[in-house]
Amino acid sequence: MSVLVVTEQAGGKWHRMSFECLAAGQAAAGAMGCPLAALVAGSGVGDLAADLSAKQVSEVIALDDPVLGTYSPDGFAEALRQAVEQIQPRLVLFPHTYQVRDLAPKLAASLGRAFVSDAVGIRFERDGPVFVRQLFQGKLHGDVVVDGPPPYFASVQSGAFRADSVVDGEAPASVRFLDLALAPSMVRTSSEPPFQDAKDAVDLGSADIIVSVGRGIQDPANIPQAQALATALGGELAASRPICDNGWLPLDRQIGSSGQTVSPNLYLALGISGAIQHVVGMKGAKTIVAVNKDRGAPIFEIADYGVVADLFEIVPALVKARGEVE
Amino acid sequence: MNIFVCVKQVMARDSVLRPNETGTWAVDDGVSFEMNEPDTFALEEALRLKERHGGEVVAITAGPARSASTLREALAKGADRAIHVEGNRYVESDAYATAQALAAAIRREPHDLVLTGLQSDDAGFGQTGVILAELLELPHATIIMEIDASGGQLRCKRELEAGWFQTITLPRPALLTIQSGINKVRYATLMGIKRARRKPFRRYSPDELGIGEPVHQRVRSLYQPRQSKQTEFLEGSSQEVAAKLLNKLRFEARVL
Repeated sequence: MSVLVVTEQAGGKWHRMSFECLAAGQAAAGAMGCPLAALVAGSGVGDLAADLSAKQVSEVIALDDPVLGTYSPDGFAEALRQAVEQIQPRLVLFPHTYQVRDLAPKLAASLGRAFVSDAVGIRFERDGPVFVRQLFQGKLHGDVVVDGPPPYFASVQSGAFRADSVVDGEAPASVRFLDLALAPSMVRTSSEPPFQDAKDAVDLGSADIIVSVGRGIQDPANIPQAQALATALGGELAASRPICDNGWLPLDRQIGSSGQTVSPNLYLALGISGAIQHVVGMKGAKTIVAVNKDRGAPIFEIADYGVVADLFEIVPALVKARGEVE
Repeated sequence: MNIFVCVKQVMARDSVLRPNETGTWAVDDGVSFEMNEPDTFALEEALRLKERHGGEVVAITAGPARSASTLREALAKGADRAIHVEGNRYVESDAYATAQALAAAIRREPHDLVLTGLQSDDAGFGQTGVILAELLELPHATIIMEIDASGGQLRCKRELEAGWFQTITLPRPALLTIQSGINKVRYATLMGIKRARRKPFRRYSPDELGIGEPVHQRVRSLYQPRQSKQTEFLEGSSQEVAAKLLNKLRFEARVL
């Protein structure tokens, strides 16, 4: 019985969340007192396997096959299904990436097992693991348990574990290349190389101050008010997904799991409820200010300073007060 | 094209929620319900595909009796018929159980395309579509922004992370999960609401479909999130709050 961490890479480059997931795996293996295996899948993954073998893991599992050269749900789910059947892990952990959302439910279902998605924490009790999930857009949290026998499948949320807490190994771990029975004909979909719609005009990642607007801004005609505050504070204007979906601000100003991830000194959230998809993109900010009419909005859980009020009253007052200070 | 679109009824977005006595779900007394917002985009996409290519749109849900109103809404917006796998067990069920119910009903009929929203606003598994594809043995693609169904295959624009996209091609039949915000959803017209009353509405019990009661993952206790930070709330008039906040940002947090 072991913990298996499934890492993610594309074109020989690591997904940054792979090592957050490895940190979760090291903690899990420590708590369960069992070996930890780290898995990398792709075509020509020898160098990546060597990266993993430098970490404190019992062994590295490499799934190396031309069929895995580009990601497909059919190819990857089948390869991982074969790996899980060979390794017989107790717990399989993934980083909660877009690819994992596409892949892991299929893999778990093909084995008749549950997949606990987007966990923000894991505890270990005698009967098995307990996963903490956010429900109702983050308004409530739940302890989730899985019925039935292992393996248990789960993914961990971006930022829930720290990549810099991954412990290096004392000696390189062995790398095991698994024998897989894969054929190109198993893959029913075909994908073309990734592309970007427009080159990012703004690099929100390097902004020290970000003023960000959510549904509470109500109307595109109100955007200039938020822009005025951003200008007064010397910051950039950003938004949560619904605002960019509506075309009120361009997509390159979107913060969150499908937009940019930022960690400015100051993040001022105006009328943003704090849904998980947004919070993962900004919770690394040094100081977070939230202005929201709803005292129960999840954004207040992570705010340093909170203002429960109408943003249309607070924002002009801030612009005015800032002008007076200058 | 025979298009199935899966919808879920959830508590309204602005509901104030507290855990129920058993700590397994939120209290829903006095709460209003609505169609899960991500599913509204999937429904709209299904209706547009039908307008472009002909065929039929079937709205389907697995849920308690009250979720019939969400199916009526789909019919009023233009779906041709509705299927309701009715059971109280689907209030708190996990994505596997929901997908199993949907699969049992969809499997009985010809289907060229199955659409779902990205995730639900309540449980938020984000898995029902992918599991459903696996149970129906369909190829799938997730987080879809555009669908080109003009050829024999489906060419789709799929969103990747951090502003990247890719084109993915799938044979039919297939399942797609639709990214929120990709279209402007229509409102039901008065005429649509009237017509909806006469549209076919099929109700199944889980027993009729031969569905067992799978329990895979369940919430053992539900609670208010623990504060990860000590939030200092600022009070007073707008002028007072603004002055206090700027002061704190300059001298306490030292970020201005």
